[in-house]
Amino acid sequence: MFASFMINAWEAATIVAIVAGVVGFFTVLRGEAFAAHSLPNGAFAGAAGAFLIGANTIVGLGVFSLAGAGMIAGLGRRARSDVATALTIVLMLALGDLFLSRTSEYAPEIFALLFGEVLGVSTSKLGPTAVIAAVCIASVIALYRPLMLSSVTPEVAEARGINPRVMDLAFLVVVALVTTMAVPVVGSLLIFSLLIGPPAAARSFTSRPLVAMGLSVLFALVTVWVAIAVSYESNLPIGFFVGAISAFAYTVGRAWTAWQQSRGRKVAR
Amino acid sequence: MLAASWSTLFEPGFFSSEPVRVALIVGAITAIVSGVVGVFTVIRGQSFAGHALSDIGTAGGSAAFLVGASTLYGFVAFNVVAAGVMELIGIRKPRGRDLATGIVLGASLGLAALFLYEGTISTSTTGATVNVLFGSIFTLPPGITTVMAVLGVTAVVLIGVLYRPLLLSSVSYELAAARGVPVRLVGAGYLLALALAVSMSAVTIGAILSTALLIGPAAIALRVASRTGVAIAIAAAVGVVACWAGTLIAYDSTVWAGGNGWPVSFCIVVVIFVFYIASGVVSRFRRNRRRATTTDQPLAVKPVEAA
Repeated sequence: MFASFMINAWEAATIVAIVAGVVGFFTVLRGEAFAAHSLPNGAFAGAAGAFLIGANTIVGLGVFSLAGAGMIAGLGRRARSDVATALTIVLMLALGDLFLSRTSEYAPEIFALLFGEVLGVSTSKLGPTAVIAAVCIASVIALYRPLMLSSVTPEVAEARGINPRVMDLAFLVVVALVTTMAVPVVGSLLIFSLLIGPPAAARSFTSRPLVAMGLSVLFALVTVWVAIAVSYESNLPIGFFVGAISAFAYTVGRAWTAWQQSRGRKVAR
Repeated sequence: MLAASWSTLFEPGFFSSEPVRVALIVGAITAIVSGVVGVFTVIRGQSFAGHALSDIGTAGGSAAFLVGASTLYGFVAFNVVAAGVMELIGIRKPRGRDLATGIVLGASLGLAALFLYEGTISTSTTGATVNVLFGSIFTLPPGITTVMAVLGVTAVVLIGVLYRPLLLSSVSYELAAARGVPVRLVGAGYLLALALAVSMSAVTIGAILSTALLIGPAAIALRVASRTGVAIAIAAAVGVVACWAGTLIAYDSTVWAGGNGWPVSFCIVVVIFVFYIASGVVSRFRRNRRRATTTDQPLAVKPVEAA
């Protein structure tokens, strides 16, 4: 399990989990689950397009996920954000379909982009992953206060001169960066589960933001580590274990909240 | 002259081609059902659930594929169960509801990965992933029209039966609850209709078009119409027109793209987008005109603008 060819997988998954834990905290706080699904899922069109013109996959993913973030924010000015997101993912996927129809060679790699190939991460992929991860963490730190304020109390944030549209776009750009970083190594399905499952569970246990963020990173790390180990032993796809563990963590979190509430009610009585 | 432009518009063989005829019929049925259900999806802000179901069913479809059962039944069964789980989690605030939808989606896609992986090993059909993901309106399995008609009619009838309480609870949950509408039950009935409609469309025309036809035409209609009934009619009409125009463009594109035509899904999505942009222009024009006329009226009768 810790053979030399597995080292890259452990490192890549650890980097992705840390970033997902931090960014996912805000994803859950802002209720952006749909965007967290759409950007990674739609960005594969960029990978297909990059393949078509012979460009780097990461460049294609980056361009498309950033364009998608801009489109969600732009359409969101005149429509409900869920409608804007739905229209964006539909257009991105349709473009992906168009690109795929231009070539017959790319199709088998879709499975890898969707469901991840963390066990086959090459050393050359680790460099870009680490750099983009650092950028993601740095942007969250830089945006921390205004982002937190506009997520929790939008009215107060606006009164203090924080433009909610700018914050929305800024956060979507961060999700786009996470997409670019994570999709080549873990796939779009896995990054989506990591962006919402562990943070949602973490928020059930504490209301203090920094503690929740720390817990979220911890849960994300445990999720990927357990998933890699079990996936390695059982020879089954890692995406299945990440999805299952994330759902399990969410369920435990919900049960904990419900138990706390019922206890609180009893005490109040 | 007329004949020449006719044959440029409709490349030869368009009307006599059997796949095209099936695509036009199937597309129209799907567009109508999606339009009816979609208007409520947009009003209720459940686009994510509508899209998620088209992906979630993939797990059921791939499981059925694995055991050799009909993909459609696997898809429907899984979606109905998933809709039930979403309803059971039962969070009403959009943020929490989208989160619950996301968790169900993540777990289902995990299952799909598992089943597709098993399927890839046992039969080595990598094309299955692509097929499940995109679907293709030109390669529909024979005999599917009856099953999809049953699903579509059930979904539309369900919406028809629930119409008034559903509309009331979609616009104002509190008001509906105060009036004694069983809001949870109505919500569950609506999710069931959504699950059936999405299963039908996702299996026949693929996940992309399923979402495109569910959300696109409904969002367009709600921009230009203020009455729900009118919006439903417009949504269905826009969906049908987009489907047919897209199919035509895809068919014709084989000529200018040198034999390798554009995918139907891409063409239909582009048509829907053009309509969406146009509807934005129309609604802005109307709003301006309304504002212009209201300023002519005396202040006392000026309607209160919604904030």
